[in-house]
Amino acid sequence: MSGNEVLLEVDDLKKHFKVNQGWIASLVESFGRGEPDYVHAVDGVSFELREGETLGLAGESGCGKTTTGMSLVKLHDPTAGDIVYDDTRLSEASDAEIKQFRQNAQMIFQDPFESLNPRMTVYDTVAEPLRIHDIRNETARVQRALEFAELLPAEHYFDQYPHELSGGQRQRVAIARALVLDPDFIVADEPVSMLDVSLRAGVLSLLDRMTDEFGLSVVYISHDLSLLRHMCDRLAIMYMGKIVEKGPTDQIIENPQHPYTQALINAVPVPDPAVGRERVELQGEVGDVIDIPTGCRFKNRCSEYIGDVCDQVVPPLEAKTDFEQDVACHLYDSAEGYDPYQEMTGSPSAAETGDEPESTPADD
Amino acid sequence: MAQEEQSTRSIYTDLDDSTDEEINKWERTFRLWRETLKEHWGMLTDELSVKLSMLTVAGFMLIAIFAPFIATHQPLQRQFQGDAGIIQDKWAEPSLLGGDTEYLLGTTAEGFDIFSQLVYGTRAALLVGLIAAFFTAGIGTLVGLVAGYYGGKVDDALMRIVDFLYGMPLLPTVIVLVAVLGPDLWNIILALIILQWRSTARVIRSQSLSLRERPFVKAAEVAGAGDWHIISRHLAPNVLPMTFLYGSFGIAWAILAEAGISFIGLGDPNTVSWGTMLQASRAYSALSFGAWWWFVPPGICIGLLVISGFLIGRGYEEITNPKIQ
Ligand SMILES: Nc1ncnc2c1ncn2[C@@H]1O[C@H](COP(=O)(O)OP(=O)(O)OP(=O)(O)O)[C@@H](O)[C@H]1O
Ligand code: SF4
Ligand SMILES: [Mg+2]
Repeated sequence: MSGNEVLLEVDDLKKHFKVNQGWIASLVESFGRGEPDYVHAVDGVSFELREGETLGLAGESGCGKTTTGMSLVKLHDPTAGDIVYDDTRLSEASDAEIKQFRQNAQMIFQDPFESLNPRMTVYDTVAEPLRIHDIRNETARVQRALEFAELLPAEHYFDQYPHELSGGQRQRVAIARALVLDPDFIVADEPVSMLDVSLRAGVLSLLDRMTDEFGLSVVYISHDLSLLRHMCDRLAIMYMGKIVEKGPTDQIIENPQHPYTQALINAVPVPDPAVGRERVELQGEVGDVIDIPTGCRFKNRCSEYIGDVCDQVVPPLEAKTDFEQDVACHLYDSAEGYDPYQEMTGSPSAAETGDEPESTPADD
Repeated sequence: MAQEEQSTRSIYTDLDDSTDEEINKWERTFRLWRETLKEHWGMLTDELSVKLSMLTVAGFMLIAIFAPFIATHQPLQRQFQGDAGIIQDKWAEPSLLGGDTEYLLGTTAEGFDIFSQLVYGTRAALLVGLIAAFFTAGIGTLVGLVAGYYGGKVDDALMRIVDFLYGMPLLPTVIVLVAVLGPDLWNIILALIILQWRSTARVIRSQSLSLRERPFVKAAEVAGAGDWHIISRHLAPNVLPMTFLYGSFGIAWAILAEAGISFIGLGDPNTVSWGTMLQASRAYSALSFGAWWWFVPPGICIGLLVISGFLIGRGYEEITNPKIQ
């Protein structure tokens, strides 16, 4: 699908969470324990989503994929940065514009056992968005959506409750709910990772049809690169809240440039019995997402580490001279002529233009 | 069907939105509610102890409703001997035990018919139990939902009130309230409500706190649902079983509390309750007169109703426990 117009523009998006937002902690804090700490879940992410495009977000657990996805559908208010939809900056959007956005942005969640209200029937679940937006012809639309999701005959499912359905059927209901408003784009957060392996193919082909027949743009979140390769036009690889590599899927899979992407592609997914899904395991520990290290966030796991420049200068995500994709790594020459070594000699850590100075050195 | 839709880029474009055929919402909602209730009712009455408890409560309810027809005398009318009616009929032996009187359970030291008092006492007990439980469960649920959903300052403020109420002990509070407002059954109910909603509120709040983070609530948010929509459609139906649970425990608790309050003499002197019966029997030393029929029947009634309430609550707890799905 090759609509070229930009549907959604994510502009230096940041989402930081206060550590320990629980009430006990906030009570302790109210007795004066000084400045709260922040988890830098998403820390300056920029990308575009074009019409009809499928964009994959990949990365290890905790790198901020879900937080990015949730910010895209406005489940989080960004700490900084903005999202531009249809020429409107969401931070400045009027109520009517937000309502319009809500009609066009939907999300499919990871866990089909948690994403349906156990006390609501399939019909009510799928009809709910229509009722919220006062859209007519409720029954016909719900029926269409369920039929599209291959829940046939649709009437048979109307009065069923989630506990009467299998995981695959539930995820199909969730997909029908996301599609019933005829949205412009959908964020699908690991939509099959909780499903039985035998059911995955069915749901995946449904998601495939969804992009084809609706002309939808999709942000597809997964840690499974082989799956993303199959589903996506473009990929963005995330590490510790930042995108480290971004570009056409084939380029990235066949010719990965960032040391992290290379490690990720070489790693074999191993089943994780605790979570009931597979996860990627790499050497070493993910860095501290509260006290962000200086320089490159991947530096203490990187096999290509090239010294002080990695330690001191944050590598910006930029076009490089030798390949198509954007990479955030000092190994490659910037296409724009940016020279990280200049930053080192000058003031120590004013790395990115317009970016606040990175916080204190990490304890690694 | 895929082929024809490919070009339209939507599967809804051919829908004729000028007609608006919809299934009758109210009828459907009503039917679904009925099915849910039926299902819960079925699960509840599956258990023998719950079934017996329900029968007990139902029996007491019938007695309360038809009290004037069941009672043989006015509960607060002194009985006199013979037609002349000169000598008050005190300490009469129950005719049930072969006493040569017209009183099923005898009379009190004040000359009141014990059986009739017992029958009318059912009214007071159920009145206190049902009304107090209804309001405590209702207020507690509402406060818990709001506190849990909004969190932050709203939550803090509401939970401070709950903490404050947790600091108030039952009897001293009732004494103060009754002293200020007067010893009236309604004031006792009021005091019980004030003291009782706190526990429901706490439990419902913690449930709402975790519910609001669940993906199905997020999905509603993404669809554009407002606060009230989420509270009423997504949170409330999921905490409702807990509300019922606390409600049925609340009935038992309120009846017990009213009996206790009356027993120590803070009851409403113009209302007959099982508690005031116990209190009077103690005041007149019924035990040393061997008139056990004065205090044993109300004691049994209190026990039966309270145990029934708890058993129904327990039975419901099993339904409320998250189903292993
Ligand atoms: N609501 C929140 N409050 C506080 N911290 C959060 C919250 N949501 C996410 N985080 C933290 O932000 C970081 C990124 O989380 P996120 O869920 O976005 O990762 P992810 O890439 O989706 O991981 P996974 O593959 O495990 O789903 C994590 O360290 C997580 O603990
Ligand atoms: S910038 Fe340096 S540390 Fe970071 S990935 Fe590139 S080579 Fe490795
Ligand atoms: Mg996630």
